[in-house]
Amino acid sequence: MLELQNVSFTVAEESAEKEIVRELSLTIPDGKFVVITGPNGGGKSTLAKLIAGIEKPTAGKILFRGEDITALGITERARKGIAYAFQQPVRFKGIRVLDLIRLAAGKQLTVADACEYLSGVGLCARDYIDREVNASLSGGELKRIEIATVLARGAALSIFDEPEAGIDLWSFQNLIEAFRRMRQTITGGSILIISHQERILSIADEIVVLKDGKIDRQGARDEILPSLIGTSSAVQECRVGQKGGAVC
Amino acid sequence: MLNLNEIQLRILREVADLHKVPEGAYNIRANSQSAGRQSSANIEITPKSDVSGLDIHIKPNTKNESVHIPVVMTESGLKELVYNDFYIGENADVLIVAGCGIDNCGTQDSQHDGIHRFFVGKNAKIRYVEKHYGSGDGKGKRILNPVTEVYQEAGSVVEMEMVQIKGVDDTERTTVAELAENAKLIVRERLMTHGEQRAISTYTVTLNGEGASADVVSRSVARDHSFQKFNAKIVGNAACHGHTECDSIIMDEGRILAVPGLEANNVDAELVHEAAIGKIAGEQLIKLMTLGLTESEAEEQIINGFLQ
Repeated sequence: MLELQNVSFTVAEESAEKEIVRELSLTIPDGKFVVITGPNGGGKSTLAKLIAGIEKPTAGKILFRGEDITALGITERARKGIAYAFQQPVRFKGIRVLDLIRLAAGKQLTVADACEYLSGVGLCARDYIDREVNASLSGGELKRIEIATVLARGAALSIFDEPEAGIDLWSFQNLIEAFRRMRQTITGGSILIISHQERILSIADEIVVLKDGKIDRQGARDEILPSLIGTSSAVQECRVGQKGGAVC
Repeated sequence: MLNLNEIQLRILREVADLHKVPEGAYNIRANSQSAGRQSSANIEITPKSDVSGLDIHIKPNTKNESVHIPVVMTESGLKELVYNDFYIGENADVLIVAGCGIDNCGTQDSQHDGIHRFFVGKNAKIRYVEKHYGSGDGKGKRILNPVTEVYQEAGSVVEMEMVQIKGVDDTERTTVAELAENAKLIVRERLMTHGEQRAISTYTVTLNGEGASADVVSRSVARDHSFQKFNAKIVGNAACHGHTECDSIIMDEGRILAVPGLEANNVDAELVHEAAIGKIAGEQLIKLMTLGLTESEAEEQIINGFLQ
């Protein structure tokens, strides 16, 4: 279980201080699939980074499985079972897809096992396993490899920041499948996804709407989703805007 | 059998990946003496009479054979200048493994200057691997100044892999190549310097024949207070293709000077250079840390990958 208690995050902007996240409290129970949505600039990505330890809250506490992890760094949080998929995946010269998946799994996976994770995100594993994670890969390929690294971690809490961004429609179906399978394989593991996609929202257990750094609404999918349809917080693939949008 | 001590055997493994006496032709030089030499039916190794060094003749059409000529130095204060000439016959296809390792536990500098010349016949193909390695905790410096000259006849292909990852205090590497029509040169240099080390690498590749091509790529990492200079020049005198690239990671107080140079003397010469120097990207470290690596483990993974 992940628990945020009165978490705030402020940045200095010119002369003024800007509050990105304001006294936010949120609980992600074990085994739940939670989707955070809401308008752009509402603090969603920042919230994900605060949980992964990439940003440190200016106030409040973060508890993971009952332990206060507020002061812990990225590495320690990762080792405690928090995985994080970047919105914009990072490129590495010389590091192969296989190397990255092995690092994610934390063990010497066989090539066959590593391939499983790639197949899970709709990539023909044989064509990718030995390729470098560099500029020769397209944005969509990189994004899927990024998701595969999080699958390989098998973490207690997996966070995905706009996983659908840059992914085409065919693989979008795969992506939904990958999340479904992930729920089945990681017993008690929870999944936290930041997304505007109606199709991702429609497989959530719970939906949290974040607006101006605060929780605007929160509840079971059936309770929240109907009120979001037709707004920018729940868009269909072909209506997605620039940021994080699928191209079609 | 070879008469080598444990340190010398360890260095041989580092520079030439040799765990036993190599198959095929070889000459192993240890502390300025030949510790073992063997020619094969197609590859003849003979010592030079006027200066220190070897003449290596590879017969035309020799295929799938290799020549190993590693050098190890374990005596402090040794300085040597060696000339090795390779004559590669037409249509041959061979692997040449050189490399030099110095273990210096003493207070005097140890220095090996090797001058290698390659005369590559028509349509011959060689792959040349040269690794440099230094070890030992003495105050004496480990110095390597290799000079490589490559003369390629029509249609020949030369692939060179130059690696210097550890322990060499001072290097000035000079590589000169001249290519006739349709000849192809591929250079992959990997370099890491640390401590107070200094490494200078200068390439001058002249594409004289129509259809000649060169691809010179250096990847390097400068750590601590080390200094590197990469000076790569490609001259196009015909309708040819030339590409040079210097891609470097800089860390700590390291310094790198990249001086790419292109000279086109023919309107159909197509020459390109790229150079990039920068520190490890913060987001690369963060990504690997989110996989559970510490910052220094992440740094090592990034550097190891970069220098692969």
